[in-house]
Amino acid sequence: MEKTKDLTSSSEAGSIKKRSQVKEVWRRFCRNKQAMVGMCMLLLLIFAAIFADIIAPYDPVEQDIINRLKPPSSAHWFGTDELGRDIFSRILYGSRISLTVGLIAVGLSSIVGCALGAIAGYYGGVLDNIIMRCTDVLMAIPSILLNISIVAALGTGLQNVMIAIGISSVPAYCRIMRASLLSLKEQEFVDASRAAGASDVHIIIHHILPNSLAPLIVQATLKIGGAILSCASMSFIGLGIVPPTPEWGAMLSTGRDFLRDAPHLTAFPGMAIMFAVFAMNLMGDGLRDALDPKLKN
Amino acid sequence: MLKYIGRRLLMMIPVMLGVILIVFTLMYITPGDPVDTLLGDDATPEMAEQLREELGLNGTYIERLGKYLVNLAHGDLGICYSTKQPVMDRIIQTFPNSLKLAGCSVLLSVAIGLTLGIVSAVKQYSLFDNIAMTLAMIGNAMPNFWQGLLLMLLFALHWKILPASGFDGWTYMILPAITIGTSSAAAVARMTRSSMLEVIRQDYITTAEAKGQTELKIIIFHALKNALIPVITTIGIQFGHLLGGAVLTESIFAVPGVGKMMVDAIKARNYPVVQGGVLMVALTFSLVNLAVDILYAFVDPRIRSQYK
Repeated sequence: MEKTKDLTSSSEAGSIKKRSQVKEVWRRFCRNKQAMVGMCMLLLLIFAAIFADIIAPYDPVEQDIINRLKPPSSAHWFGTDELGRDIFSRILYGSRISLTVGLIAVGLSSIVGCALGAIAGYYGGVLDNIIMRCTDVLMAIPSILLNISIVAALGTGLQNVMIAIGISSVPAYCRIMRASLLSLKEQEFVDASRAAGASDVHIIIHHILPNSLAPLIVQATLKIGGAILSCASMSFIGLGIVPPTPEWGAMLSTGRDFLRDAPHLTAFPGMAIMFAVFAMNLMGDGLRDALDPKLKN
Repeated sequence: MLKYIGRRLLMMIPVMLGVILIVFTLMYITPGDPVDTLLGDDATPEMAEQLREELGLNGTYIERLGKYLVNLAHGDLGICYSTKQPVMDRIIQTFPNSLKLAGCSVLLSVAIGLTLGIVSAVKQYSLFDNIAMTLAMIGNAMPNFWQGLLLMLLFALHWKILPASGFDGWTYMILPAITIGTSSAAAVARMTRSSMLEVIRQDYITTAEAKGQTELKIIIFHALKNALIPVITTIGIQFGHLLGGAVLTESIFAVPGVGKMMVDAIKARNYPVVQGGVLMVALTFSLVNLAVDILYAFVDPRIRSQYK
């Protein structure tokens, strides 16, 4: 009975400590003005993506040839494109695609990368060598070329773009996770857990992963911006998401042909990409500063 | 040092084999037949079959991979489907253009990035620091291809002072080099600032100040030299990527470089060019990484002693 009481109080203490740690990180994050600006920009983007149906004044794919290439006006805030579609509405809907690509591609690569990195770091030996050489191979190919080759093989479209970006980002997570694991697996709390009979999977998920989350979260936040840029880049050269889907890179690509007469076709999608990437980078930097133990005091 | 270089070069062999395997497999599973693209709609099945045989497109995956590796061992990267030239010749034609563009861009990024980074670190939290770092963050977030289009709109279409596309002389290099160079400069500036900030708090900087050294001398000979390692890594990675990865900028400004060649080849299902191109880009990238590691030894005597 006494033992159960002790365990309960120790777990309470643990949860209090965990809560206070999260609170401390949040407090440091809130004190960072740039990070707060980034968060507000991201919230605005999420709001636009969720409520695009309500906010958008026009259907993003509805053509209106009579009103094609119209400059910004009160009727069309960002003007219209070569088929008379409202650019503001297309940008609002485009935020859904960009955020989806960013989140899913980063989610996919972080899960696969962390799993591989954990296996490589925890078991070492031949398995470590094989996994790390595979990451070397992936890192030797410029990511844009790898992405394009994968999309060429799988076909264009949202799903394949996310897979391509996900695959090319795996090595970064794999390396971070492996590096964390190599230093953490020698720690006493891991030995204690092993001595208590915990399985390898339990140790990795419950003890090592929570302790290596900080660099992974920072990497993931920064990579979302990178994924949005990669998606736009692929669509720009016609090997990503293809029209009429309102994707920012594809919109920029079609705007190229009207650069001289209707520069608004390229200006607004470009600004939208920059806005999204800028928001994610500000957030990523803010999180890095908040999670960096060196800056605690 | 030579032993280290030799070991690194040997380690590149399995990496390059892995690159070949990945690119070959991706091209193998890519849907569509290059023969259809080359012959058009008027081709008879016999003509298609004959061309397929000539191009070595018949056979199983293992047979084709084996044949490719044997040819590669003899220095043969295959024949370009569209120009009928050896792939190596096409790479030799395009690589110098990418090299020139990458060189100019990196020079520009180092000139801007190092200056901004150093001044920002020395004048931390000043107005200059805030403006420079905000500009660097904007530069990091700005898509290269958008920046390229804006520059083209202003300098080539509006003011008509620079050519919009092509590669007939040094003036043609200005806009693509600014496009790549300024966004790379953003990364170099941020890395230089953070690296310099770590160094200028060290005791040896205080000692140098106490000895009465001038600020410029302290920055250049004491701080910058010790802050250079991460900056060299950033510059090296960017240079390596630019030698084959400046795909978008090369496409926008019609620079006949390796990146543009490969995108065109991927779209046309010109498999030998894609395979050969990616292999050469990966090899160059690995060699640049090796050169960066060797450069560390010249900057840091502690690393030099490890190589011995």
